[in-house]
Amino acid sequence: MIELQHIAKLYEVGGQPIYALRDTSETIQSGEYVAIVGPSGSGKSTLLNIIGCLLRPSSGAYVLEGQDVSQLDDHALSHVRQHNIGFIFQSFHLLPRLTALGNVALPMVFAGVPSAERQARALDALESVGLADRAQHRPSQLSVGQRQRTVIARAIIMHPKLLLADEPTGNLDTSSGQQVMELLELLNRQGLTLLVVSHDPNVARRAKRVLVLADGQIVKRLTGAEFPVSSMPFSQGKTSEDETSRC
Amino acid sequence: MMTLRDLLVFSGGAVLAHRVRSALSLLGIAIGVGAVILLTSIGEGTRYYILSQFTQFGTNLLAINPGKIKTFGVPGVLGGTTHKLTLEDAEVVKRISGVEAVVPMAMGMGRVEAEGLGRSINIFGVTSDMPVVWRFAVAQGSFLPAEDVHRAVPVVVLGPKVKRELFGDRNPLGQVVRIVGYRFRVVGVMEVKGQVLGFDLDDSVYIPVANAMKMFNLDEVMEIDVAYVSAQVVDRVVEEIRRLLTDRHRGTEDFTITTQTAMLEVLDDVMRVVTLSAAGIAGISLIVGAIGILTMMWISVGERYSEIGLLRAIGARPRQIFLIFLFESMILAMLGGGLGVALGVTGSLLLTMVLPGLPVYIDEQYLLISLLVATGTGLLSGVAPARRAIRIDPVEALHAE
Repeated sequence: MIELQHIAKLYEVGGQPIYALRDTSETIQSGEYVAIVGPSGSGKSTLLNIIGCLLRPSSGAYVLEGQDVSQLDDHALSHVRQHNIGFIFQSFHLLPRLTALGNVALPMVFAGVPSAERQARALDALESVGLADRAQHRPSQLSVGQRQRTVIARAIIMHPKLLLADEPTGNLDTSSGQQVMELLELLNRQGLTLLVVSHDPNVARRAKRVLVLADGQIVKRLTGAEFPVSSMPFSQGKTSEDETSRC
Repeated sequence: MMTLRDLLVFSGGAVLAHRVRSALSLLGIAIGVGAVILLTSIGEGTRYYILSQFTQFGTNLLAINPGKIKTFGVPGVLGGTTHKLTLEDAEVVKRISGVEAVVPMAMGMGRVEAEGLGRSINIFGVTSDMPVVWRFAVAQGSFLPAEDVHRAVPVVVLGPKVKRELFGDRNPLGQVVRIVGYRFRVVGVMEVKGQVLGFDLDDSVYIPVANAMKMFNLDEVMEIDVAYVSAQVVDRVVEEIRRLLTDRHRGTEDFTITTQTAMLEVLDDVMRVVTLSAAGIAGISLIVGAIGILTMMWISVGERYSEIGLLRAIGARPRQIFLIFLFESMILAMLGGGLGVALGVTGSLLLTMVLPGLPVYIDEQYLLISLLVATGTGLLSGVAPARRAIRIDPVEALHAE
């Protein structure tokens, strides 16, 4: 379970305080499927990074699985990320010099899992995303859809309770994007909490709940079905390219 | 946590991912290590060469020379009268227990002729003990007879080169040679010994010391060489010689006793310092090599922002990131060191092939030290880039390309 209590994130830009996130409270239950949407600069990346324990809030409390992680040090946060959170990135972040198997096994290397066990578990994970036959391929030899499925295999390898997907279909064509979303939803149905940040209304509509951010605050809480089909409610303003990166 | 093997595999993988760049960055270390090994090999070779020159005479050897050499200065010239070092002194020394053999020696250059041939060569005045003290054997005939050292028996032993020039393949024993006009009967020929410290012992003749002193108009010997039975007695023998000769020279110690071991130690020290200085100068190029690795690693950290971001996201601790980059740097330096050892050893071997006269000796100790220094250098050059890597903000890094 994720409990955000009056979370704020403050940056100083040229001596001026800028709130990336202000007084945000939200509770996400275990096993939920939540989409976070909002324009660039709305604070959704900041929110995702705080939930992902990559960023500490300036104030407020963040309780993850009963543990207040808002003021932990780097070392402790690394431990929390390692065991509780699986990341899926728009730009994959696969190491080009490693095979698919090596990339999937990487989190276990840093966790000190013995080599033989790593091999077996990584192969299992690749099999569960349908890529057992691509284990020895390097990322450059995989299609973008296969790359993102490799990333998902890597995200679940440490058996986390929470999956954080940042624009998971942003670099994918429609059909492989569909495959990836189905895979993520399958994992959600198996009990993982799934948080997806996306610009794509079609992605947001699939979620059970949608949090709409603007100006560093959650301005709307909708169900997926309530989310408008064609246009985003905040479509005026910047486009997605400013905020997200490509691979 | 992460095992050493995992660290090596991960860091090694990163090094191998950029083969050309890695190879170029470790070249500096390789050249530095290669230079150190080449120079120390030449230095060590020279040291062994010089030591072997001295030890051919054996190590249980000491020399007594006239005049007292104190810290520096020329004996006998600036101060005090010196007493002559005489054949009687040599006789006295020979009676000291623990002394095996004694050779009073006087030498000069002079014309040696036989059967119409002749030229000027070294003439050594010695005694019958010379083969024992100088470790120098007779090849044909016998050495000078063991007679009273004062007796100027007109017999000569030829160096092998002299014998060949004067007599060719004929038997010289019993033949007469003229030395500075005096007639000497040949009783023996020495075996080949070669050059020792600039004297060609094969191109010399050996006559009784009493003859040589007369011939060159000397009233003292130039040196008394003493062989003693073992290293255990050396201190006592030196003390006895000092006491007896000081007594004989009316209470003044106007002679110098040099033991072979003392001389060897000094020479050894000097040569080591020379070798180490050369190695130190070559070692400066290691610093250049270290800067090469530092630069490469610094750039590499900058290029791998997104990798570092990912590693942080999947739970790598800052300490693990630090070690990864430190190990990369160390692996580069070790590979550089290994290549340097190969270069240095190959260079040394090539040098011996091209210049066979140059003494080259590859000491494993220097190979090991070079490798260790290279590795340490790599570790040091990795610190700054590794610190840079752990200061990177993972959020920023994940969005960097």
